Amino acid sequence: MSQQRKAVALISGGLDSMLATKAIMNQGIHVEGINFFTGFCVEGHTHAIRKRDTEKAKRNNSLWVAEQLGIKLHIIDIIEEYKQVLINPKHGYGANMNPCLDCKIFMVNKAKQWMQENGFDFIITGEVIGQRPMSQRKYTMPVIAAESGADDRLLRPLCAQNLPATLPEREGWIDRNQLFGFSGRSRKPQMALAKEFGFSDYAQPAGGCCFLTDESYSLKLVDLWKARGTRDYELDDVMLLKVGRHIRPRPHFKLIVAREDGEAQFMSGYKKEYVSMHCTHHRGPLVLLDGSLNADDIALAGRILARYGQGRDEAQVEVSVRDQQGVEQIISVQPFKIDEIPEDWFI
Amino acid sequence: MSHQEISLRRLLCPLPVIRTQDTIKTLQSGDTLTVICTDPGVMHDIPAWCRINGHQVLNTRIESGEYIIEIQVT
Repeated sequence: MSQQRKAVALISGGLDSMLATKAIMNQGIHVEGINFFTGFCVEGHTHAIRKRDTEKAKRNNSLWVAEQLGIKLHIIDIIEEYKQVLINPKHGYGANMNPCLDCKIFMVNKAKQWMQENGFDFIITGEVIGQRPMSQRKYTMPVIAAESGADDRLLRPLCAQNLPATLPEREGWIDRNQLFGFSGRSRKPQMALAKEFGFSDYAQPAGGCCFLTDESYSLKLVDLWKARGTRDYELDDVMLLKVGRHIRPRPHFKLIVAREDGEAQFMSGYKKEYVSMHCTHHRGPLVLLDGSLNADDIALAGRILARYGQGRDEAQVEVSVRDQQGVEQIISVQPFKIDEIPEDWFI
Repeated sequence: MSHQEISLRRLLCPLPVIRTQDTIKTLQSGDTLTVICTDPGVMHDIPAWCRINGHQVLNTRIESGEYIIEIQVT
């Protein structure tokens, strides 16, 4: 009896990795999934910070895919290790702060380590040549295989017929003829295969699976690094860049202004780490202040806060300023008019 | 058999799932684990993770805005 071969699949939660995994399972291979959490992953629950999104189904797509496929899923926290990938990407950034090629190399390398530690034979991904402008091109495929150390144990079932045969194919663990030769940005071949496999429900991410591909998010990250004078971050920074309006009226401090109740509730969990402000007699947003502020700065921040409250048309508005220890002071400010806040203060 | 309780308050998914997963790795079959979370997404994700990995959810409930899940390791 031949040995039961085992593959670990990088499961993003999208359609491609779902199809790639199913194609290999159909060949009798035992597959388990692996999913990496960098902190920048676009997940439904991150959006769910915002109240207006709470009606949407709260599902983690990678878990959902694993359940549809009937495979185990191992979710790995790589937040700390990922910092070096983001801060010093060997292959540079994409259109924004997305180090996609380095990211893929890093994740395949982590999957290779997991494969070796758990007695698996090869790695599969949902990559398709030409699907993504930075990491999924013909010339990057061998770069990922080589620099990750996975070499010919890295199999891309959806485009395998466009690439040299890998170890699982050469050894006959996998029938290459049952793999695919997809290429390019068209999604039609994947949608047809999904139909063939009986998948009618799958995630269709419009902008990729990472906040670093988002221009607005990337600008806020670069602003954070510039203001702090160092290219470093903590998970709380990553999370707070996802919420609120970020307004930097002076180089040494910025405001994070909650846009609605869900964000305010989430941000209120940071009151012990940041100075916070709110209007005392009018409805208005919660604001967190990041930086070192003097009395003039706090008054300026109060005027900005008041512009977003229901007292914006009043001559003076009272604002509560609470420090990290919970000590409160009340100040009175004149709200900015709607068009008085300079555009270049908005990050 | 032992029982363990962990606070996963303020963490957003998938971190509560990861912490649950990593804690269960240290437990034995039959042990129970209670996780206390503030992200409502855990009510979907942790049971989903338990289903695909073969662990049993004994109880889920909401108390004072917190989401509490009891799991038995199999």
